[in-house]
Amino acid sequence: MKTVMYFRKFVLYLLLSAGAAFMILPFIWMLSTAFKPPQEVLSIKPRFIPAHPTLENFYAVFAKAPFGRFILNSTIIAVLSTVSIALTSSLGGFVFAKYRFPGRGLLFWTLIATIMIPPQIFVFPLYLFMRDVGLVDTYLGILAPSLIMGFGLFLMRQTISTIPDELLDSARIDGCSEFRIYWNIILPVIKNAVGALSIYAFITSWGYLLWPLIITNSEELFTVPLGLAVFQKRFTVEYGPMMAACTVATLPLILAFAIFRRRIVESFVLSGLKG
Amino acid sequence: MEMRALKYISLGKAQRFFFIASVVLLLYSLFGILRLYPIFQMFRLSFYDFDLIGLKKEFIGLRNYLDLFHDTNFHIALRNTLLVVAISVPVTVGLSFVLALFYNARLRLRSFYQLIYFIPAIMPTAAVSLIWRWMYDPGYGLLNYILSWFGIGPVPWLVNEHIALYSVVLLWVWKWVGYYAILFLVGLQNIPEMYKDAAKVDGANWWQLLHYVILPLLKPVTLFILIIASTWAFRIFVPVYILTLGSQGAPGNAVRVIVYDMYENFFVFFRVGYASAEGFILFLIVAAFTFAQLRLTRASEVEGGV
Repeated sequence: MKTVMYFRKFVLYLLLSAGAAFMILPFIWMLSTAFKPPQEVLSIKPRFIPAHPTLENFYAVFAKAPFGRFILNSTIIAVLSTVSIALTSSLGGFVFAKYRFPGRGLLFWTLIATIMIPPQIFVFPLYLFMRDVGLVDTYLGILAPSLIMGFGLFLMRQTISTIPDELLDSARIDGCSEFRIYWNIILPVIKNAVGALSIYAFITSWGYLLWPLIITNSEELFTVPLGLAVFQKRFTVEYGPMMAACTVATLPLILAFAIFRRRIVESFVLSGLKG
Repeated sequence: MEMRALKYISLGKAQRFFFIASVVLLLYSLFGILRLYPIFQMFRLSFYDFDLIGLKKEFIGLRNYLDLFHDTNFHIALRNTLLVVAISVPVTVGLSFVLALFYNARLRLRSFYQLIYFIPAIMPTAAVSLIWRWMYDPGYGLLNYILSWFGIGPVPWLVNEHIALYSVVLLWVWKWVGYYAILFLVGLQNIPEMYKDAAKVDGANWWQLLHYVILPLLKPVTLFILIIASTWAFRIFVPVYILTLGSQGAPGNAVRVIVYDMYENFFVFFRVGYASAEGFILFLIVAAFTFAQLRLTRASEVEGGV
């Protein structure tokens, strides 16, 4: 009986480990290639540890394309997007959760219905609008669609609904304005949910490719994913510099994940299950 | 005294009204410009012959839709997209469920495994697609090298038109399986122990426990995962774009998906009205799919009395 159990556990570990190896293999391969000189990259019997490790691929990346600039752009846009989503979602969630006014249900669900619209679809007509108002190839243009998140609004309303009304009433008796109630009472109570939403918003914003691809022309405005796509065109077969570029693009996330792993997973679970 | 209290209340009321109105106005101007108007615009333009440069703008009724009906590229794109959905959704959801069962077995390293499997989900799709393009390289890629140990290959992952789409699917499964597994795990952990204990007391074996207790109780989570997995698969664009970008001899049509076809119609052929009609069809398909999945589960739930 006991041997059967041990055997079963052994098989389980074996399967899980094989799968896990498959999951991280691409990243190891990326790192390995990034540090290899060209002749080693194109080898029929590749090694994981480069025989002559080199940084020349990284020099090539930063020499051929302003990757530092791309990272800065991505960071600025992701930060602004995150702050805006956190603020608009929590403000809106507060209003729709804690006030009664005519048309509340209709007004709320109309906004929530936008979750159903695939971003990959509305970006095309949105481009036309951006062109008409002259926001093509500007920071604000890249940032615009990520200023709001229908799902974030939904999540915040759900969270704020659980706060007892008495807490707000007592603040009102003390003469707090509605905005102060939001800022001083609601926000501190829901800070964990806001944090989770923010992590999710930041990571998704960091990954967008289609919209930046549509809305930008000049290289100074490229985000990291767009930089990678364009970079690929320039280095069709040079995988060394390309993997160095991927390392630059993914390493910040891998590091962030190593530090905040539990919180990141939780934020994705929350964003998943409440949707 | 009474007067003063009344005044306080009505002042509060005005202030409250102002607050609500400004927040609703703020949300509606943002969502209006960034979501509602574009969608309305897409619906409207789908009835126009409208080019990106703005030379033409002519109402043509349903012509765009009728043309799409006879458009070979659209047929290919639709077929490929449906294939991606039909393969990637069952495979990813099935694998992630098994993975979640593994996680739920009391293993010492389970949280370590959970994290490893989760990593691809947070990585930018553009970056991982580029890495996979290199993995898939027919001559020097890692996948073919590993397969050669077993005497398999070399497999023309992206070059062969019959294989390319499956290579895209493999990347998609790899990216999302760990995320869905965690969602399943949360669902599994929410099942009260007493249900499982009751089944065990009744002498149920592991399969019976899974079939009669765990699966029915997991239905809401499963439904949710099925819906996001299929919506995301319908919208697939970035892996296709990156895996085939700029390479001569790329299998072109072999991996053409709807969003890619839209992108091409819009920005290469400048056919805005046409691309809009295409987008609206995709929207309808995804909505119908979601709705059907919701209805099916509801129906079986009523039947099963859960």
